[in-house]
Amino acid sequence: MASMIPAIAVEEALSVPDSDGEGAGDPQRRRVPRIRFWRGIVLLVAGVYFLIPLYAGMKFSVQNDAGHWSLYAIKDIPSETGFGAAFWLSMRIAGSTMVLAMVLLVPTAVYVHLKLPKMRRILEFVTILPIVIPPIVLSLGILDVMPEFLRASPYLMTLVYVIFVYPFVYRSLDAGLTAIDLKTLVEASRSLGGKWISTLWHVIVPNLRSALLSAVVLTIALVLGEFTFASLDLWTTIPVWIYQFSQLDGHVATAVCMLTLLGTWVLLIAVVSVDRSQSRRARRRTGAL
Amino acid sequence: MSSDVTVEDLAASGLGISNSQAGGSGLPANRHRLRRAVRPVLAMAPFTIYTLIFLAIPTATVVELAFRSHSGKLTLANLNLIEHGTFRLGFENSILLATVTSIVPGILGVFLAYTIHTSRSGLLKRLVATSSGVLANFGGINLTFIFIATIGSTGILTAWLTVIRLNPWHYGFNLYSFWGVAIVYMYFQIPLMLLVITPAFGGLRPSWREAAENLGASSFHYWRTVGVPVLLPSVLGGILLLFGSGFAAYATADTLTAGTVTLAPIQIGAYLNGNVIAGEENVGYAIGFGMLVVLTVTMILYALVRRRASRWLR
Repeated sequence: MASMIPAIAVEEALSVPDSDGEGAGDPQRRRVPRIRFWRGIVLLVAGVYFLIPLYAGMKFSVQNDAGHWSLYAIKDIPSETGFGAAFWLSMRIAGSTMVLAMVLLVPTAVYVHLKLPKMRRILEFVTILPIVIPPIVLSLGILDVMPEFLRASPYLMTLVYVIFVYPFVYRSLDAGLTAIDLKTLVEASRSLGGKWISTLWHVIVPNLRSALLSAVVLTIALVLGEFTFASLDLWTTIPVWIYQFSQLDGHVATAVCMLTLLGTWVLLIAVVSVDRSQSRRARRRTGAL
Repeated sequence: MSSDVTVEDLAASGLGISNSQAGGSGLPANRHRLRRAVRPVLAMAPFTIYTLIFLAIPTATVVELAFRSHSGKLTLANLNLIEHGTFRLGFENSILLATVTSIVPGILGVFLAYTIHTSRSGLLKRLVATSSGVLANFGGINLTFIFIATIGSTGILTAWLTVIRLNPWHYGFNLYSFWGVAIVYMYFQIPLMLLVITPAFGGLRPSWREAAENLGASSFHYWRTVGVPVLLPSVLGGILLLFGSGFAAYATADTLTAGTVTLAPIQIGAYLNGNVIAGEENVGYAIGFGMLVVLTVTMILYALVRRRASRWLR
């Protein structure tokens, strides 16, 4: 991951999927031929710039050193030295980051929305800080202050990645909590005798499903792509493995890159379409009333 | 405000204190008040403590050590060090890189966003929205390798260009250099700009254009007096965000150039990997502090511009 900033923008894009108006293109109608020509040129240039590297990456993944077509790079991935270990390390870190981030941020965000609305601005400010503080600088400080036993454990990565995912997990939760009528839900649950923990688990969490889902996917994407801290902390996660292995075989390294990209893409599209179908269902329901 | 009271009462009743009890006798009311005072502190404690340990203290340590010598004395020597020579060059290069990779993709992103915004194809819009979401996050190692496969010395585009005798490597191009890094950064900066700027085009109401045309404005006139002034804060905000993103990025530049390009984040990486000269033991913290200063200024400007931009997004 290049920095934390893209993640935030993704969050923005995911939380406002249909922001552009329906009839926005209409006033341009009578100038269509000229616009269409320029649109073609702009889209062509952008398409070339964005698609050629993807094509090259894919082609490189299905070639051998002689430049011939071969699936060896993809077939050999699981058996390459160190890949299995790197994969499981990344999975463990991704899973633990996800759980810890949720356990830490969901109750805090819910409590602030419910009881301390004045704290919302402060929380928003604090959770945006990992954007202003670049990962490399935070890594510098972390590696300096953490005690030896934590530095010896791979789970220091989990603890740091939770900070890295603050911005988009919180923003996602914030958007989700603003969209639902939290107070009414909680009052209803409480008046029916629900305890706080069961209210949180059975009432609030299901209503935040799409917000939580996009937060989870972005967390996984971040952990699977994070190179800065992992490499400086000297742990071989997938990105670090790719970098090390590229010296041995560039085709295999590129194949793993392409598979990571593909996986992220599929996950993100899945989240967006779940979001879409959910909001469509909600719209239908309000329409019926 | 009345619903506020209800929630508090419900919370109290959940703890076995009924509304009438709490209001009636003195002791439970006191306990109730105490609980009410303590509970927010308890509820915020995990998050606050976690953030202090893993965000505030490490950052404060970087700032503090920037002002300390290796033996722990207060000093400005580290900061003097980064004002000269190779460390100064690192900052200059980083700022130049961030400027180039924010202004160029910023402007290209605006045109691309406008093209897509005026398109009537919903499929195109959706495709671009998810693609830019993925690509904006597509930094680091993955990006490095697809670009090596594209215009590395044995890359596919290089091979195509060689056929028409335009192999860029024969004309002084080097992917593993400053300008190579700049070209690669565009790959996540343009999608990032698209994500930031697309909502701003949504704020450009069609009725404004109709009103302008009814009043006899030409297309140029409309853009000069309505379109550009409305979009400008968002565009500037996007460019500032891109500047911060380009300035802070480490993984892409490090993996692409194997840490050889002179940029401030790369120098911190080298410092952490143990490449330290005697007498410069704390220089890494000074570079970190310098980066924090640059990014803080950028983000303050971003917040100011953003406030102005949000006026039209309502």
